[in-house]
This record gives sequence, C-alpha cells and structure tokens, in this order.
Amino acid sequence: MTRDEAFFEFLLRMGDNTLILGHRVSEWCGHSPVLEEDIALANTALDLIGQTQMWLGLAGEIEGKGRSADDLAYLRDAWDFRNVLLVERPNGDFGQTIMRQFLFDAWHSLMLGRLMQSSDTRVAEIAAKASKEAAYHLERSADLVVRLGDGTAESHARMQAALDDHWPYTGELFLSDAADKAVAEAGLAPDPASLKEEWDEMVTRVLTEATLAIPEGAYVHKGGKAGTHTEHLGYILAQMQWLQRAYPGATW
Amino acid sequence: MSTAALPSTDEVWTWLDQVPDPEIPVISVVDLGIVRGVEWQDDTLVVHVTPTYSGCPATTLINIEIEKALRDRGIEKLRIERRISPAWTTDWLSERGRQKLEDYGIAPPQAAGGPDHCPRCGSKNVEKVSQFGSTPCKAQWRCKDCLEPFDYFKCI
Repeated sequence: MTRDEAFFEFLLRMGDNTLILGHRVSEWCGHSPVLEEDIALANTALDLIGQTQMWLGLAGEIEGKGRSADDLAYLRDAWDFRNVLLVERPNGDFGQTIMRQFLFDAWHSLMLGRLMQSSDTRVAEIAAKASKEAAYHLERSADLVVRLGDGTAESHARMQAALDDHWPYTGELFLSDAADKAVAEAGLAPDPASLKEEWDEMVTRVLTEATLAIPEGAYVHKGGKAGTHTEHLGYILAQMQWLQRAYPGATW
Repeated sequence: MSTAALPSTDEVWTWLDQVPDPEIPVISVVDLGIVRGVEWQDDTLVVHVTPTYSGCPATTLINIEIEKALRDRGIEKLRIERRISPAWTTDWLSERGRQKLEDYGIAPPQAAGGPDHCPRCGSKNVEKVSQFGSTPCKAQWRCKDCLEPFDYFKCI
C-alpha cells in the first residue's frame, strides 16, 4: 500500500463516519420527542454532512481519479464504505441515539484535536473547522447522557440498555491496521489505538456521573473499516443513493 | 472593463457590506465576518469566503448573492474561493453587526457562553431552552421575566 493509498483510505474512514452518522441522525428530522430536540438533531446531522463534504472532497483529490465528494457518497456500494459499525447502528429510541452520539462524539473530538497537528495542512485545516462543531456536539450529548442516565427509573433503564447495546461496537474506533500505521508513520493522523486511554477516561467520567455501569465484556464487533458491514448499511444506502442511481447526474 | 477602470478593493468591500446574510438579513456578510479577503488577480476579482458552520445550507446562497451583487456593479471576471482556515469565529462579527443583532432581537455571542440579557426587555433573568436553534449558528433561550423566547448567536 502506497502512502497515498493509505491516505485515501484514512480520508474515506473519516468522511464515511460523518456521512453515515449524519444520515442516521437526520432520520430523526420531524420525528423527535420535542421540537427543540428535533432541531438539535437536524443541526448535528447538518454539521456532520458538512464535514463529510470536506473529507470526501479531499479523498477524491488524493485519489486523483476525478471523483467528487458527491460521487464518493452516492456511487459507491456498501463494501466500499469504510465507516465503523457503530455509526450505522439503527437509531432505536431517543436514548440509544444519544448514547451512540456521545460515544462517537468523545472519540471524534479527540481524533480531530490530534488531526489539527497533521503533517498535511489540508487535514489540519478541516480538523480545526470540524473540531469546533464536534466540541459542541460532545457538550450536548454528554449533558443529555447525564440527565437521562441520572434521571427517572425509566430513562436510567433505557440509557443503561443503550450503553450495553452499543459498547461492543466502540472498540473498532481504536483498532489499527496497515493503513492506520502508514498514515501514522507519515504524521498524517494519530494511530487510533493512541486515543483509547483518553477516551476511556472521558467516557468513564461522564458515565459515572450518569450513574451508568460500564459493561464488562471485552468483545469487539469489527469489520466496517475494512468494508464488511452489518445489514443496516445497505438500507441506509438504498435510501440515500436511490435518486442518483435512478437518475444518474441529476442536479437540484 | 479595462484594467484602468477596475474598482478599488475598498470600493468592493463597501458593495459587499450591502449584501445581507440570507438567514439573518439584518446584518451583512461583511458584518458576519465571513468575507475574508478581496483581491485583484490581474483583471479577475477574487473574493475569499469562509463558511460559518461546515454544513451551513446558506453558504451556497451567500456565494450566489455575492456574485449577483458584484455582477450588478459591472464586475465581469469574478471568482469566489472557499477558505476554511483559520476557521470562522464569532470574534469576527463586527461591533455594528452585534448591535444590529441585538436590535433585531437576537442576543449577540458572549465569551461566557450564554446571553448576558434578554434582547427584548433587558432582564438578566434568562435560561437556555436548547443548545441549537433555527439556524446552525444560533441557540434557543428564554427570558423568565417577559417570558419571550429568543435566539442567541452561539459563541464559537
């Protein structure tokens, strides 16, 4: 794998994480429990989609085959997507959505903070822009995890169930493969494993305040980063891509 | 337009200052701090624009409005470039822009992270309703004295 191939792979992972999570969160639009949450989730989704345009735009540039961010988003099939499995998990109830968001936001804010030191200026600039938004997302999702976890018996039970469900999917965020090692050696991005300790501390602090118990099992569901996805991704892509598939090149 | 007739960049800035933000029309794109540079490259006018939030849907419209305003002034060769670094900050809102927001009923950003007072009645007795509001750049607050909800321009 050449440096640019690894770089392209890394950029797809960043962009696909924000694209798929952004799409998932946008599914709440018009369905949230209260208007304020509807607006908040739609805004979060919007930020993530905006970041996707930057990551996938740069990915297309590095690949050098003339593919735009739109081409990469709308014209690849599931096995070419590189997002972690966590972000394609179904929304479930509001608690599950917020817990998934919190676990992701904690990782995202740490990752972007490190990417601001990237040896590639373009990566550092995108990270600086996105990290402001991610910090705001984290503030909100952490606050809601505490309020709902340390809330009523019902909300506590739902948040604990959400944590138990999502937990085995968090390990994939910190797995390193050949592409990760290559971009780390080039100073483009940190080795994912190097974020684990800080993430553990951050997440433990919030979950403890939320009176939630961290699950004990160490099993890690993985595959998304290499293109092996759960059945859920196909449904997301069917909805997201059908228009460009049915009417290639259609514009607004 | 011959080179001799090219308007000065100062003049271009005053024109841009008349282009309203499409979502908060009370302030201009210059007040908002998103126009980061205006320069002539030979006979082509290059305007650098930075997005407020990376997914802000108004960005495309803002570019169209800027282009239209400059074409109306007779600029023929024009290029709008997106500049993401340094990332936009509410510190770039002009003093005049802050005042216009306040007059319009939108509390301007504060380093403390929340509005200092209700933009309608001036009471300091305010509370946060939601961290997000009607556009990516705003949050929702409420005055506990006059009971009116109001937008707060997020500080980033």
